[in-house]
Amino acid sequence: MPDIRAASAASEASAASAASAATAEAAARPLLEVSGVTKSFGSGRRRLTALDGVDIRLGRGETLGLVGESGCGKSTLARVLLGLERPDAGTVRFDGTDPFALRGKELLAWRRRVQMVFQDPFASLNARMSAAELIGEPWRTHRDVVPTPKAREKRVRELLALVGLRDSDAHRYPGEFSGGQRQRIGIARALALDPDLIVCDEPVSALDLSVQAQVLNVLSELRERLGVAYVFISHDLSVVRYIADRVTVMYLGKVIEHGDTEEVFDRPQHPYTSALMSAAPVLDASRTTADREIQLQGEIPSPFDIPSGCRFRTRCPHAENLCTTEPPPLATRGTTAASGTHTALCHFPLGVAGESAGM
Amino acid sequence: MTRTAAPAPTGTDDPALDVEGLCVDLSTPLGTVRAVDGVSFSVRRGRTLALLGESGCGKSMTALSVVGLLDPAARVTGGAVRVRGSDTLRLSPAERRKLAGPVLSIVFQDALTALNPVQPVGRQIGEAFRIHRGLSRREAREKAIELMTRVGIPEPRERARSYPHQFSGGMRQRLLIAMAVALDPDVLIADEPTTALDVTVQAQIMRLLRDIQNERDMALVLITHDLAVVAQRADDVVIMYAGTVVEKGPVRDVFSAPRHPYTQGLLDSVPEHAVRGRPLPAVPGSPPELSAVPPGCAFQDRCPLVRERCVRERPVLRPAGEGRTTACHFAEELTHA
Amino acid sequence: MSEGITMPGEEHSAGLGSGAEAAATVAGAEAAAPGSGTEAAAPASGAGAAARASETEAAARASRTEAADRASGAGAADPALAPGTEAAPNPRDARTSRWWRMLGRDRAAAVGAVILGLVALVALFGPLVIGDRAQRQDLDASLRPPSLSEGVYGLLGTDVLGRSVLARLVEAAATTLSVAVPAVLCSLAVGSALGLWAGYHGGRRESLAMRVADVILSFPSLLIAVVVLYVFSPSALNIVLILAVTRIPVYLRTARAEAAELRSRLFVDAARTFGTPSRKIIYWHILPIALPTLLTVATLDFCFVMLTESSLSFLGIGIQPPEVSWGLMVAQGRQYLQTAWWITVLPGLAIVLTTVSATVLAAWARIATDPAQRWRLTLPTKRRGASAAVPPELIP
Repeated sequence: MPDIRAASAASEASAASAASAATAEAAARPLLEVSGVTKSFGSGRRRLTALDGVDIRLGRGETLGLVGESGCGKSTLARVLLGLERPDAGTVRFDGTDPFALRGKELLAWRRRVQMVFQDPFASLNARMSAAELIGEPWRTHRDVVPTPKAREKRVRELLALVGLRDSDAHRYPGEFSGGQRQRIGIARALALDPDLIVCDEPVSALDLSVQAQVLNVLSELRERLGVAYVFISHDLSVVRYIADRVTVMYLGKVIEHGDTEEVFDRPQHPYTSALMSAAPVLDASRTTADREIQLQGEIPSPFDIPSGCRFRTRCPHAENLCTTEPPPLATRGTTAASGTHTALCHFPLGVAGESAGM
Repeated sequence: MTRTAAPAPTGTDDPALDVEGLCVDLSTPLGTVRAVDGVSFSVRRGRTLALLGESGCGKSMTALSVVGLLDPAARVTGGAVRVRGSDTLRLSPAERRKLAGPVLSIVFQDALTALNPVQPVGRQIGEAFRIHRGLSRREAREKAIELMTRVGIPEPRERARSYPHQFSGGMRQRLLIAMAVALDPDVLIADEPTTALDVTVQAQIMRLLRDIQNERDMALVLITHDLAVVAQRADDVVIMYAGTVVEKGPVRDVFSAPRHPYTQGLLDSVPEHAVRGRPLPAVPGSPPELSAVPPGCAFQDRCPLVRERCVRERPVLRPAGEGRTTACHFAEELTHA
Repeated sequence: MSEGITMPGEEHSAGLGSGAEAAATVAGAEAAAPGSGTEAAAPASGAGAAARASETEAAARASRTEAADRASGAGAADPALAPGTEAAPNPRDARTSRWWRMLGRDRAAAVGAVILGLVALVALFGPLVIGDRAQRQDLDASLRPPSLSEGVYGLLGTDVLGRSVLARLVEAAATTLSVAVPAVLCSLAVGSALGLWAGYHGGRRESLAMRVADVILSFPSLLIAVVVLYVFSPSALNIVLILAVTRIPVYLRTARAEAAELRSRLFVDAARTFGTPSRKIIYWHILPIALPTLLTVATLDFCFVMLTESSLSFLGIGIQPPEVSWGLMVAQGRQYLQTAWWITVLPGLAIVLTTVSATVLAAWARIATDPAQRWRLTLPTKRRGASAAVPPELIP
């Protein structure tokens, strides 16, 4: 990606000055702290619980991988993080402040700091706007970020270069770009306001493999250059393993496992995590053979009717009576302070009773 | 490979499906473009062949022309598709319909649109028996229930009366498979059968497909963009790019030592092999539009090995080792790399 | 003509939705335009080409040129990109000239534009030229058929009082347009604004707006008009107002449906993540997409308003003689239809021509303002629409 490196240093400079201005105290506290967030839709018997007491933490410049299958609530969580949905209960702290308590100018100022890259690069770009208009769209609301038209034009060119597009692309329309190029425009647009956090909702799952690698490279380069933090939502485990520092696994609206990427992938504690990993096909045929696969029975229960006790028990190969009656406790595996904790929501976490349970 | 291989091919070594030099033209308002250009492959009973490629490479169009379900804007302009000794492209529509079901069958990606939303699923599955075997409504229904049991639908007798929207995504895909294998086809074509499904369900469906294939000794043509699925489920692989076949051979050999830079690029792009913090070796650029495929090699703009010859001359498929072919002028350089 | 009468809602599948569908339906051919790949390929195709460089290539090049035009239009062109195109000194000029060029490519729309232009000119300046000829009676010349021998004013015949039909048509053009155009514009503006607001926000605001629309719709519009115009004097202003109010629900409903569908689009979500206020989201994202549909509805409504106006005139509460409108002319000439067809048919023809032109032009505008559809207008006329089954994303 030589064009990325060739990009102007302006954005780097602004990131650096922001960092130096921050106090030591601010640097110590996490960028994002979500605790006990609950969100449901509908009412009565048609009540869908999308999030049920979700906790996540994210430091500056870190990448959190959010893994789960359809209906696990990861997209709702993304919308909560962006302030598009207000949680029913629980708190969201972004750099110490609750975005849902903000109004007017302060809310607008907060919006600058959290941006999103959407899954579908076709639907998330208005087809009637050119690439330059799309990238500059946030500035129409945040007029003070880049005040003059000249500066905007220059900044658009910088952003295009940053995501690996060319100056001449500025005046083309989304219909003239391929999926990968559109996703680059989406990333450039998310960068237009110099955010601290970008929520990426399945940013590469609509893309072809060879293009997916390009977009992943753009994302990780930006992290290094600009120090931006990501919440990276994906169902593709190999992608998450590649890009995330920490991984949170969700199932039916609950966080069921959380820990450092290597930890979670190499020594999963929750049977669901373990099954998810063994179910994902891998290229190296010798690594997963058919016999090793843990096959889960059935499909994810309806979020309208969540099982009692442990919500995974209906599909769990290790489920016992206890799992039906008691909600599982948070099991913590003793790890060193450096690598953080590795937690799982399970009565019988794997690797505790014996490694063979995971096989 | 032995995992998916059938218990010894029965009797003959003749391929169950033999596609030769298939060409499909697509008419667009800007003129005609070639969407599939001289694609050949064959697959025997009990074997699984994967058609692998990115969107727009022509893999789905190849499958649709094999079963005769092409969009009216597309037209087969050359080649042959042989099943049971006859070329289906030369058959009349009526003769062709007789083959659909007992000989050739297809499972689509999107199970919700592939099923009729206003008919109970039992009747839809039984339809094939009524048309091809002339069974009565009651007999067809029994057969349908039998099939639903086979593909793992709980309480099939009750569920036969349900409508497609009352099933989950994975169950709908099972229903489609039941419909496709109803008449014991020689060849089953599966067009991205698990793309829309969750990972854990995807594994169940792939397992079901494999079991049914082994039971009935079918040839399976698996159309997919997922390298890992190919690695785990297929015996042979045909890799397509911009409408042409770029490499062909046994999966294990092709994936362990690719003989085409595109295959190499795809394999490198898989994040599974990547080290965190280090850039993924991505293939630069994106595939050419069909209307602007360059003369010479279609992959030239993105190829690390590109030379003057690649611009001038389109590489043809040529042998590259045991049972393998590649369409690259400089395939030997990859083997040394 | 039929193109113009697309129902609201279809618009989206044709316009924006097609991206995703294209990928799904036609084997998911990569929706790439002359992208970086193509341009890199350009020298190569120049080197070895000729063999396959048939129509396809030429057409592809044409669209590439258009993309370059667009780039130069916005003022930051890379000169190397558009070697073949004329230099554009002023970006605004270039944009206007592109519009003219696209209009020129669509013959029907061009004809429609010319007719509308003529009607507007006649309505503006015609009355000055003809003076009082529209009112001048000549009972000797009663009910003369159109002929070439009676001078300019006899060209289209005379009515029962011997007034020149041509002069009356010209005079009526001014009256008709001065009633219909403001009426349509008022209802379009008010109805769309309300509808977009209601549809975007949903909930109580939506129900409120829809109930208002239902109330207006539940009265026969002609009946309201009769009552109101009977109570108040039937002045032109009152007619405009009453017509505007009765037509508001049409736009309100259309706009609401569009906005309700568009508000769940991802790019609207994206705009919300930037903190864009809702009225600006409506203005920037929803209005431009809903507008072509609303304009199409408006052109059809234009016809309806002209006819309603003529009904009112017929009932004696519309335009009051000696003023004259096309609708009034049709109404007055009805009893002579058997003996003197020209009195009725010619103003009727004027109504039809004007509305058809407006509809054709609206259909053109709908395509021309949509970047994903615009390529259609850059093709040579004879090939356009030959294979509509292929979505535009397949074509560079």
